[in-house]
Amino acid sequence: MAHTSEIASDGNVAPGARVGLFVTCLVDLFRPSVGFAAVKLLEDAGCRVEVPVQSCCGQPAYNSGDRADTKAIALQVMRSFVGCDYVVAPSGSCAGMMRIHYPELFADEPGFLPDVQRFSERVYELVSFLSDVLGVERVIARYDGTAAYHDACSGLRELGVREQPRKLLRGVAGLALKELPGADVCCGFGGTFCVKYPDISERMVSDKIADVMATGADTLLAGDLGCLLNMAGRASRAGRKLRVRHVAEVLADMAQTTPPIGAAAEVR
Amino acid sequence: MQATSHAFKENARHALGDPNLQAALGILKRDFAGRRGAAVARLPEFEALRDQGRAIKDHVLENLDFYLERFEAKVSELGGQVHWCANAEEARAVVLAICRGAGARTVTKGKSMISEEIGLNEHLAANGIEPVETDLGEYIIQLRHETPSHIIAPAIHLVKEQVAETFRDAHRHLDPARPLAEPRALCDEARAHMRPRFLAADVGITGANFLIAETGSSIIVTNEGNGDLTQNLTRVHIVLASLEKIVPTLEDASTLLRLLARSATGQEFSTYTTVSSGPRRSEDTDGPEAYHVILLDNGRSNMLGTEFQDILRCIRCGACFNHCPVYGAVGGHAYGWVYGGPMGSVLTPQLVGIQEAGNLPNASTFCGRCESVCPMKIPLPKMMRHWREREFERHLAPGRYRAGLALWAFAVKRPALYRAASALAASVLGRAGRARGRFRALPLAQGWTKGRDLPAPEGKSFMTLWAEREKQRKAS
Repeated sequence: MAHTSEIASDGNVAPGARVGLFVTCLVDLFRPSVGFAAVKLLEDAGCRVEVPVQSCCGQPAYNSGDRADTKAIALQVMRSFVGCDYVVAPSGSCAGMMRIHYPELFADEPGFLPDVQRFSERVYELVSFLSDVLGVERVIARYDGTAAYHDACSGLRELGVREQPRKLLRGVAGLALKELPGADVCCGFGGTFCVKYPDISERMVSDKIADVMATGADTLLAGDLGCLLNMAGRASRAGRKLRVRHVAEVLADMAQTTPPIGAAAEVR
Repeated sequence: MQATSHAFKENARHALGDPNLQAALGILKRDFAGRRGAAVARLPEFEALRDQGRAIKDHVLENLDFYLERFEAKVSELGGQVHWCANAEEARAVVLAICRGAGARTVTKGKSMISEEIGLNEHLAANGIEPVETDLGEYIIQLRHETPSHIIAPAIHLVKEQVAETFRDAHRHLDPARPLAEPRALCDEARAHMRPRFLAADVGITGANFLIAETGSSIIVTNEGNGDLTQNLTRVHIVLASLEKIVPTLEDASTLLRLLARSATGQEFSTYTTVSSGPRRSEDTDGPEAYHVILLDNGRSNMLGTEFQDILRCIRCGACFNHCPVYGAVGGHAYGWVYGGPMGSVLTPQLVGIQEAGNLPNASTFCGRCESVCPMKIPLPKMMRHWREREFERHLAPGRYRAGLALWAFAVKRPALYRAASALAASVLGRAGRARGRFRALPLAQGWTKGRDLPAPEGKSFMTLWAEREKQRKAS
């Protein structure tokens, strides 16, 4: 793998850093708005955003025990993003896969490992990248509503994404943020888990929506589309009036132009 | 115990539909996590203690033979006896022989998961020796002919009304109209029932939270004091322990004890912490005449040096159960064998085979909450993934699932193909779902849509829209 352009050694981002957007397969298919919200946030912060050829980070194979395919996919991802200073995903789950698990996959392969580590340390989840790396303190956005924020598991426990989204959301005009009891408890999505164990998954997401409704919030935000599809799907089936959105949509001030997840387009 | 882990899905469905169980699990989820969190918050050095605890156990596991032999030598020096048992059958046989040698008719028992693992109660009963469980939770489930649903709270699957009903059925000599609504009344009744049995028993059997190599001692912790009565009022004390319970010194045990109760129940220390060192000496006023330690392997030594070794650090606090959303949804019996929750999902496949227990490491969202609270920092999700790898290598996953995965991987490894497929799916599903914004039912997605809608795609894939944007940019 070729070396990438250098990043200033004091950790500050050179102006116009080349950021490769890892779109994620769910955003690509279900909700491009999240991808464009990420692009806007990154460009507003002065980054040059590129979207290399890509498919998936390989997590479904990894969590199904298929290491050979996972490695092949990981190498493909790393090759695609050669030349980027950073790789940023609007998902803690995919970012965690690339940042934490890729080096684990190649732990026994000294020929690959140094390159993998160099790649992995450049991977970030979107909101923590804005906050921790770019030093974004405040976004210019407006959202009228009361929101509960759910901590998606991988972002929280693998990458330490907790305060960053809350801090930026507090700066959004018109938005009141409610602390969600059990915000760190899994919503039951779990990738292939929700397909393999739908009954258990359904109980978990039902409990989650009940907790959200108990806060009195009218909006539910999180940083991972898998969790959001799961929670939005349960909320609408249960007849709950809840606007479910990716945190990036709100931070990028794009909530006006896109209906909430699972809502009909006419709501616009 | 006959494993039913292969039937996890059916077990889970049954559990999800059991209102008493769901009520009981609601209490567990609320209380245990909160208490642990408060206890940890009160101890600033908790994180440092976790690292110390992990280091102690890692050191032991790297030198297991040394410490076990040292322990055995110390126990012998004190006049006790260590019995090395490779499997459940050997352990049962040794316990039965000791009981017979003591002419035992009844044995009292403190709480022991090893006893469950080797199916000791059934074996004793079949040989004419009555086992009496003295831990309140264990006593309740013994009356109900059930198995523990949690390693530290064996009857956590029950609500107190069910316990009252069980007591009315079992204690027929008492006034049927007595009030049993309050937990206090249930405790008092169990205590009154238990006292004469403690005195009458010939042999007392306990588990061990720790074995100490330096002193040849075993340690148990209880909140009811039943363990002390079990081991001090009988002539013979048998300790059931698996080999990874060993720690080098009393000091090491103290470090682990500081982690144990906080992680388990949110207590700083359990009510009783009892150290036993050999049989009664001439200068002692009480204690058993004989002291035996059953050292059970049962497949554990096969885990040494493998990717599963870290599970042998487990100190059985139950924190992973209490914080697991899957355990919280289905309870312990769904796991189908002795150990449930995340630690069970790692240990059970080793002890009963991955073919029997393959569901357990799969039934996890990998949310990582277990690992984040584990006092021994055991990477539980990682080890569940290793079991999935073993399954994958042996083609044990259902054929349909494997075929789907292979098809998906084929496309993912060809990004142009993947991109076209994703764009097509976005377009087709987007058009079909546009009016409502979601699907109530969808072929191949019944599992999902049974209890939730599937939000519809917006219509065009991101990659399609991005290509359009780039084209416009270049044109302008």
